[in-house]
Amino acid sequence: MASSERRGGDNTNFSSGVSGLPAMTDNQIRATTWHEIILATLKVNNVKLVVYVPDRVFTPLIKALHADKFFTTFAATREEEAIGIITGAWMGGLRGAVLMQTSGFGTIPNALASLVVPCQIPALIFVSERGTLGEFNLGQALVCKTMRPVLNSLAVENVTITRLDELAFTVDRSIKQAVATQAPVTFILSPLLTGGKVFGG
Amino acid sequence: MTNTKSSGATRAHNAKVMNRFELTKRLVGQLKHEEAVIGGIGNANFDLWASGQRPQNFYMLGSMGLAIPIAFGVAIAQPDRHVFALEGDGSLLMQLGCLATVGERAPKNLTIVVWDNGIYQITGSQPTANPAADLVAIARGAGIANSAWAADEAEFDRLATAALKGEGPNLIAVRIDDKPAVATTDRDPVQIRERFMRGLEVKSGAA
Repeated sequence: MASSERRGGDNTNFSSGVSGLPAMTDNQIRATTWHEIILATLKVNNVKLVVYVPDRVFTPLIKALHADKFFTTFAATREEEAIGIITGAWMGGLRGAVLMQTSGFGTIPNALASLVVPCQIPALIFVSERGTLGEFNLGQALVCKTMRPVLNSLAVENVTITRLDELAFTVDRSIKQAVATQAPVTFILSPLLTGGKVFGG
Repeated sequence: MTNTKSSGATRAHNAKVMNRFELTKRLVGQLKHEEAVIGGIGNANFDLWASGQRPQNFYMLGSMGLAIPIAFGVAIAQPDRHVFALEGDGSLLMQLGCLATVGERAPKNLTIVVWDNGIYQITGSQPTANPAADLVAIARGAGIANSAWAADEAEFDRLATAALKGEGPNLIAVRIDDKPAVATTDRDPVQIRERFMRGLEVKSGAA
């Protein structure tokens, strides 16, 4: 929380709240947790709309998004619905991201293949990775194995993020690439980054 | 026309059976402020295309069920522009949850038009999972208070006029016949998306 307090509630541009830096680069974010870094990186890239289907891992990020008036954020009933909403928002001039867990990704291949990819929509898709590194639910473990093959078969850029020190750079640069190349990107947040969800947790 | 309800289920309303292309033309004829219109998969976007290729029309070629979420996204991005989603009953049944989201978020500038013929017309006119489902009652239950069946063409016109006042969200449900669309949309997704964004005065890549 200390870093967000230092930002003094500045809800216009993250970089303007950090010693007048011209723009966020590499490791210039002072946020210390993965969810603070993602929130700050969305903000500096003017991603104002975040639609999610919840996941326990995302809880602190979702709470922080709701608490920050910069963002319009709400739950959708289904992941492909969230994809449709941010697609419309992009076409209307508003950048959007979606948050989902691995099993939710399993519901969106048609929306990717028949809408996002052919229409060249820079959808920003954050997936908290279940099904690996200590998964206790076989259903999650299997759906996880479908995720990267689906993304790769559609040639959708996807990055698995395991390290906190690479998070800001990866997300910031990938958002910029998505917008510049008009192509979606999927950020797979590994339990190595987030801690994941453990049995009984 | 009346044989489209092959399930024999009892209708929840007694609205007149009308024609999608005729009503699409009537709706578009009311649009004087570059309102956005999202045409759902299949005949909904075919007849929208046939009604005149306005730059503010988006023709959804896949992603069945997502016309309303897409229109909702446009409505969030451009709160001063009215946005219509034209969706078939089969498509809406596939994504009913979106009504709950729209009901909760309550965008004033969103109007959903449902073309209800009780069949999956484009796949061979099979009856939907529930041709008698009262989509207006479902929408009201989801929090979209301004939901109504259009009893006839004149009432459809009135409901559309009222919707444009911006006190939405609105849902207008229309019983339609089983006539196919009068044309098919050019299927070039990038061109459709680019033209739509220009129609909304958005420069892609600079959003």
